[in-house]
Amino acid sequence: MKVLVPVKRVIDYNVKARVKADQTGVDLANVKMSMNPFDEIAVEEAVRLKEGKEHHAAGTATEIVVVSIGVTQAQETIRTALAMGADRGILIQSDADLEPLAVAKLLAAVVAEEKPDLVLMGKQSIDGDNNAVGQMLAALLDWPQATFAAKIEIAGGTARVTREVDGGNQTLSATLPAVITVDLRLNTPRYASLPNIMKAKKKEIAMKAVADYGVDTANRLTVVKVTAPPTRSAGIKVADAAELVSKLKTAGAL
Amino acid sequence: MAVLVIADHDGSTVRDSTNKTVTAALALSSDVDILVVGSGAKAAADAAARITGVRKVLLAESGELGHQLAEAVTATVVALAAGYDAFLSPASMDGKNFMPRIAAKLDVAPISEIVEVVAADTFVRPIYAGNALETIQSSDAKKVITVRPTAFVPAADGGSAPVETVAGSDAGKAAFVGEEMVKSDRPELGAAKIVVSGGRALGSAEEFHAVMDPLADKLGAAVGASRAAVDAGYAPNDYQVGQTGKVVAPGLYIAIGISGAIQHLAGMKDSKIIVAINKDADAPIFQVADFGIVGDYKTVVPELMAALG
Repeated sequence: MKVLVPVKRVIDYNVKARVKADQTGVDLANVKMSMNPFDEIAVEEAVRLKEGKEHHAAGTATEIVVVSIGVTQAQETIRTALAMGADRGILIQSDADLEPLAVAKLLAAVVAEEKPDLVLMGKQSIDGDNNAVGQMLAALLDWPQATFAAKIEIAGGTARVTREVDGGNQTLSATLPAVITVDLRLNTPRYASLPNIMKAKKKEIAMKAVADYGVDTANRLTVVKVTAPPTRSAGIKVADAAELVSKLKTAGAL
Repeated sequence: MAVLVIADHDGSTVRDSTNKTVTAALALSSDVDILVVGSGAKAAADAAARITGVRKVLLAESGELGHQLAEAVTATVVALAAGYDAFLSPASMDGKNFMPRIAAKLDVAPISEIVEVVAADTFVRPIYAGNALETIQSSDAKKVITVRPTAFVPAADGGSAPVETVAGSDAGKAAFVGEEMVKSDRPELGAAKIVVSGGRALGSAEEFHAVMDPLADKLGAAVGASRAAVDAGYAPNDYQVGQTGKVVAPGLYIAIGISGAIQHLAGMKDSKIIVAINKDADAPIFQVADFGIVGDYKTVVPELMAALG
């Protein structure tokens, strides 16, 4: 089984995003960038499918292709995935901030070329927070979707996915090919070992351009402005629990 | 313009998030219909018909729709698309699952988790886990939008809209196998009016539950945790409040032994009132807390239990 894992280079989750003074966006100059945390979970699961870790049979995945759409430095994000155990990468270079619909169309074109049996990806990126690309890709391909996966079992050309829903879990079964988006509980991603980081340097990354895929990537949304949310100011310190309860009752919180 | 709200419901009644989504829809247009997709969901459709300001309720039923499967919901909504200019759903796990699929089928850019309607084509939504607010204008003829329920007041009941039956798709690409709902008397983390959250200071899973569970039960609160507490194995992963966990905005959020890392603050700073209990007076959590107690949770929490009576 061939697995395609889309990954995105985003602001590191430990860095606080700061809005630019001119309200055009978030300031990313000299900010630490990393692989989107949910995408790391997707890469980890793909590698476990290949290695036969946890409940997966060894060789469930035979090839893991990682694709990223973004600036030239997104190669580093792909290298991270290669160091975790993916086999090769594709970078579709773009300096534009593409919307989920455009990303889904590009990924659909990559799927048409690569013909994976499974697309495994993060449920959302922690910058745009759209939570949309996986579902849209499944729609464009007319494939089944299983979002917010907490457990994945693959056997006999079928994926059985336990997914997080409000109030509990739902289990779906889908015939492959399918799109699965992953949630936090699925696994804890590994740190790449030094030998694997060295090995990853020799793995292939194919450099592509958006124009190579011939899809319409025009934006449908105009960003009017990006502002900082109202800031909270520190309140007061209270002496003890009794005073706290009385303050909360006065404030109508209890 | 006509707006279709896709209801969040449990088969017998609509959830409060649906009333809140109707409020957002009414800011777009006065022609608001509600679609209830389900199986044996007539009672939920009747409940939706009582929401003030609703023109009519459409009820679509099939086996697949009973489980809100994305493929069937999408096919049902797309079949109705010609009659509507905008589609709104609460940003519930179900809404987040099917709305982008609907958007792609309609060749529309979805607009996720709006917190404000500026105009019929312009919306405000949080990005970077709420560390920035983006105002965006859509050029699509049809809009596909999810609504963050905590940002809107619920539309009141008091209406009596007609209920019509429409065709429900059972075009399943994925098949429902089963579900396991958490049987808890406590409210759900994302919808609770009060959340009590514990951090790494609690030191062990046993201590976490021994301290947090009785307090949550006394307050009728949901239990949350910081990522540090989850990573240390003190609390299950689905308790995690933060940028990569759940984003909550309850009326009251009580953080116990949580230092207040950026990624945690991102998940709870929209709470109405924040209380912090921490023995480190310099902990960043105090910078966002309305009320703080500097002290060891081991003494403060029992005192709090006693003061609550």
